[in-house]
Amino acid sequence: MNIGTQDPSGADAREIELFLIHEADLLDRRLYNDWLGLFTDNCRYWIPLEEDQADPKTTVSIVYDDRKLLETRVRRLGEASMHAQAPHSRTLHVIGNLVIVKHDDGGAISVRSNQVVTEYRLNEIRILAGQVFHELERHAGGFRIASKRFNLIDSEAEHRGIPIII
Amino acid sequence: MDDHFSPQEIAAMVQPDRVHRDAYASPVIFDLEMERIFGRTWLLLGHDSQIPNPGDYFTTVMGRQPVIAVRQNDGGVRVLYNRCAHRGPMLCSLAKGSVREFTCPYHGWVYGLDGNLVSVPVPGGYAGENDPRSKKMGMIPVPRLELYRGFIFASLADTGQSLKQFLGPVISSFDDLVDRAPEGVVEIAGGIARHAYNGNWKFMLENHLDGLHPRYVHASSVAAANAQDDNKATDGAGEIAVRQMRQNGAPNELWENIGLWASENGHGFLADYHDDEKLVKYSDDPVHLEYRRRMEAVHGPERTREILTLMRWNTIVYPNVSFMSQFGQLRILRPVSVDRSVVETYVFRLKGAPEEMLHRSVAFANVVNGSGSPVLTDDLEVYERTQTGLHTDGNPWVDYARGAGRDIDDGAMQRGATGTSEIAIRNQFAAWREYMVADHAQRPGVAAQ
Repeated sequence: MNIGTQDPSGADAREIELFLIHEADLLDRRLYNDWLGLFTDNCRYWIPLEEDQADPKTTVSIVYDDRKLLETRVRRLGEASMHAQAPHSRTLHVIGNLVIVKHDDGGAISVRSNQVVTEYRLNEIRILAGQVFHELERHAGGFRIASKRFNLIDSEAEHRGIPIII
Repeated sequence: MDDHFSPQEIAAMVQPDRVHRDAYASPVIFDLEMERIFGRTWLLLGHDSQIPNPGDYFTTVMGRQPVIAVRQNDGGVRVLYNRCAHRGPMLCSLAKGSVREFTCPYHGWVYGLDGNLVSVPVPGGYAGENDPRSKKMGMIPVPRLELYRGFIFASLADTGQSLKQFLGPVISSFDDLVDRAPEGVVEIAGGIARHAYNGNWKFMLENHLDGLHPRYVHASSVAAANAQDDNKATDGAGEIAVRQMRQNGAPNELWENIGLWASENGHGFLADYHDDEKLVKYSDDPVHLEYRRRMEAVHGPERTREILTLMRWNTIVYPNVSFMSQFGQLRILRPVSVDRSVVETYVFRLKGAPEEMLHRSVAFANVVNGSGSPVLTDDLEVYERTQTGLHTDGNPWVDYARGAGRDIDDGAMQRGATGTSEIAIRNQFAAWREYMVADHAQRPGVAAQ
């Protein structure tokens, strides 16, 4: 289902889009704990190495976090001793081309979007762009993210460190 | 000293307790390193499991020279310079692939897997002796090639030590890696990840045998991991990562007591650091118990215990390898310029071991080698800050005096007095000086002028 069409089971594409914008906004404002609060207790946050990577267990990843590691990653971003973020980056997410891939009766929603993250740090601009796949769950208070997968278009490039969350 | 360094000047840069910053910051020195170090030593290119079948190839760079490693029809391996004998284009532009022959994209010259010229288009265009086939033109093999337990080493120099002589005692780390496979064979698996930093190539080799840096460089991930609630959901990957981060925060007494060994040619290893138990609770772990059972079926309990209790953290094979034999991790270092370095990282499958062992090695790779790793990103940041700091004129010296004068002779190796000794850095620069000031009148392929 594309943007602007009414979802038969109740999830409106505009509502999903606003949720993704909210999520990205929390990252850009570096409200990482609030961002983590959007995720389920058994979530995944994944930046695969390979374009069509099927499995995070048999192929290495740029990032592959379960809930435990994601909490540690977020906590580290609040540490004053995090050299790789002294000074911290500024980021700007732009989200487009939103497509609802799947929506089942149990409230599970698969969403695909194109995202361009512009990062500024130490007088340099870096572009981190790719296709993002969200697995969302509808809860009483709104959506929760069960999985976020960011397929960087240059995932196999010779990247300098990516210490931020995108 | 800006555009030329005499052998005497280079020798004077390396002192017992310090090295001149030009070793890291001068583009002229970098050019000399490409010629005198990367142009002479054995370099690790990869592993023969990357090219199992005839025609399989991968491309890489030796120093700054593009090469192709290709499996031959007779099962052997060749390493050929990646250029057409005619006008020079690279014949292979992909990182890996499989071919029956190499065909130049420019004018269609065709070469066999052995590099010999098979055909040229419109051969009637050549008068007699000018025919490229009668001139025996072809792809040129690199001067020397040797394999050790599947690891492909090559050298751009015609002469020099054999691979075994070159490696010396650190050859045992390759044995350690391969011996851990129940079938005695490893294969590269899990993809090839790359990361980069805007800093000199030597920083990585020094850092990987630096027992003092973890508590400081990795302070943020140590603190974050120590505060982590262990009851949160993990599929195993996060568990390994969090344990490894905590390990970096071990007290100074532990770092002082770990073993740090150095040997000729700049090699060395950090050992007796931690056993696998720190990353996975092995005593009651079904995967490990099954792995141990398979090892014992091949080797018996005594030899299995011997293999599995060897503790080897990073081994450095100077100048382009850092690997973790105990954990199936390998990095190949590719200097790009004086202030830019690329690291290619590999994971091994231990053949005959439960597949979950690969999953653990992949999870471990993500935390030690991933460009998004909460650990590695602080290393990369510090390398870059060091490169910038060395631009200052206030102090042209880089200090490595910790432990100097206290190194201990230990057979064919020297051991640092403590695990935080800077012995490995001094040893790397001793080799560096030797390579950099040796007689270079006879460069391979270059006529004396």
